[in-house]
Amino acid sequence: MVWNKIKPSFWDKQEVVSGTSTYQHTYRRIWKLAVILTGGVSLIPLIFLSVVNYRAVQNAIESEYLFRTTRVVSNTRRAVSFFLTERKFALDFIVHDNGFKSLNNPERLSAILENLKRSFGGGFVDMGVVDASGYQEAYVGPYNLEGKDYSGQKWFRQVLESGMYISDVFLGYRKVPHLVIAVRGSSESGTAYVLRASLSIAPFEDLLSNLALAGSGDAFIINQEGILQTSTRYHGGVLQKLSLQVPEYSSKTRVFEEQGPRGRALIVGYRYIDETPFILMIVKDKRECMAPCFKVGLELIAFLLICITVILTVILGTATYMVKKIQVADEKRNASLHHVEYANKMASIGRLAASVAHEINNPLAIISEKAGLIKDLFTFKTDYVHDAKLIGLVDSVLGSVKRAGTITRRLLNFSRNLQASIEPINLKEAILEVLGFMGKESELRSIEITTEVAEDIPILETDRGKLQQIMLNLVNNAFAAVQDGGHIDIKANRKDRDHVSITITDDGCGIAEDDLGRIYEPFFSTKTGQGGTGLGLSITYGLVQEIGGSIQVESALEKGTRFTITIPIRLEKIKNERNKGVVG
Amino acid sequence: MKIRVLLVDDEEEFVQALAERLSMRDYDATTSLSGEDAVEKLRQYNFDVVILDVRMPGMDGTEVLREMKKIKPLTEVIMLTGHATVESAIDGMRQGAYDYLMKPCKTEELVEKINKAHEKKAEHEARIRDAKVKEIISSPQAALRED
Repeated sequence: MVWNKIKPSFWDKQEVVSGTSTYQHTYRRIWKLAVILTGGVSLIPLIFLSVVNYRAVQNAIESEYLFRTTRVVSNTRRAVSFFLTERKFALDFIVHDNGFKSLNNPERLSAILENLKRSFGGGFVDMGVVDASGYQEAYVGPYNLEGKDYSGQKWFRQVLESGMYISDVFLGYRKVPHLVIAVRGSSESGTAYVLRASLSIAPFEDLLSNLALAGSGDAFIINQEGILQTSTRYHGGVLQKLSLQVPEYSSKTRVFEEQGPRGRALIVGYRYIDETPFILMIVKDKRECMAPCFKVGLELIAFLLICITVILTVILGTATYMVKKIQVADEKRNASLHHVEYANKMASIGRLAASVAHEINNPLAIISEKAGLIKDLFTFKTDYVHDAKLIGLVDSVLGSVKRAGTITRRLLNFSRNLQASIEPINLKEAILEVLGFMGKESELRSIEITTEVAEDIPILETDRGKLQQIMLNLVNNAFAAVQDGGHIDIKANRKDRDHVSITITDDGCGIAEDDLGRIYEPFFSTKTGQGGTGLGLSITYGLVQEIGGSIQVESALEKGTRFTITIPIRLEKIKNERNKGVVG
Repeated sequence: MKIRVLLVDDEEEFVQALAERLSMRDYDATTSLSGEDAVEKLRQYNFDVVILDVRMPGMDGTEVLREMKKIKPLTEVIMLTGHATVESAIDGMRQGAYDYLMKPCKTEELVEKINKAHEKKAEHEARIRDAKVKEIISSPQAALRED
């Protein structure tokens, strides 16, 4: 797995605390804390700001669109309204300017229509004069509508009542969508009549289709029943029912959002056009309107993602680096603590051993002298000289004293070895002395130890205690590695003029290749839980360096291990002085 | 003439036994239980060899040695040590002690060392005597001078 390759070394490490309580995965915890805190502190405001910013942009664009829609609706309304009012007033003027009679004259009427068409441009299609009974008396235009009876129609009654009327768009007799503007006039005799003109919806459509509307915008007119009065681009043709609801009445321009057909959000602006049945509507696709906003959003998200990636990379990197540093520092501290602890321990053991030996030596001397005196008495006075039993007893006492003396001497030797001092050493004797400690175990486990010290090795001048400690540690390790009945081979050779090398070879379990690089690390142990402290080789390494030597290892799993130490024949004095201070 | 030996050690039992054993071997053994007493005895009497324990309460072996070499420079000293103080014994030898022994020591060894030390002293004294004789022969008045 990738994770196993990239995970930092401290991930599964437990902090070694000199005590019973160990925090599990402390470094992981520190790392997580650092990452979460710094990440949180830097990312949360960033994300928050981005969201706020996006919202602000969205709101700005939205209100901009609403505002723009409102403006377009207002302007268009004014144009439409003006268009209708203009024509209405024109008719009104005609009614007042011409009498019923002259209007009834088809030539005159036709001339008026021509003039209207010329003055007002498109729009007017035909004109007719309807008398009070609803009978169309005169008509000019492309359709043959003279004599039509409008008396039953709603608009006719309404125009008689209110004097003016603008109709919805309808097909009527001619089957072409149009609208009617009618004004009431009164003849010389005082009877009412109606001048009606029909307008094609083309001018409206021109007007509306000329509006440049963003976002699939659609401008059209509906009546109050929701019937489309002009053709639209997306919402159906003339006289179809609009799929949207008819908005409620309002005297002002209003804009709202609505869920259109097919679930699309629409921006709808509308305005009731006064004195007409018309409602001007502008409908836009909100999504298209908001497209710039999405673009900004996308840019923002991209920027945000880049920022987050960079920040996270930096945070992860620094956190990992720092925690690694902490780990290394901790390990160093622990190692030196242990080293000091170890040195102190050995020093106190040394002092204890020395004082015990010394105190025992005095009574031993007394026993020795007294027993000697007894023996002397026997031999000099000749009374008991032939009493072999008594002499034997005294000799046994003296023998025991000698044995005790050997023990105390060894104790003293041990304590003296802990103090750094350079002395002449016969390497062979030193090695045999070390093996003497292991004699019992090798016998019990029938481990065969062979020693071969080259003849040309001179007397070394080095620190006996340290050299023996090194040998003892390495031999100990070899003992731990081999099976019962295994072999350990110790060889010493002169390497060059100033150095000797000592190799300790075993045919034990060997060291895995992956571990080889780490065996000198403090606390590196494959025997954790079996009493291994992981300090042995680390201390050995330190000791070898202290006596100016070097140590190498070769190993193959299940084949065995070979340690080679190379030490100088003469150890420099300065080094020794310095170390003395450390131990003392 | 018996070899005169002064035994200095704070362990009375040890000194007593050793003195007795040396007496049996035909030495003139005197004991002393402290450094101060030993110096006092040295002032009063002449000894051939002093067996001196390094570690004693009060005046220790090295100090006694230093003092002794002022009073009786010709008297030979054998340092006796409980090994932990081998260094001070070696120090003592640098200051003119003849040899050192580790406790508990073999009597034979001690006797041998005493004899050798005495031989050395005797030889030394003999040379001085010879020198004196020569001086007297060359200038008889010298015999009248104080030693």
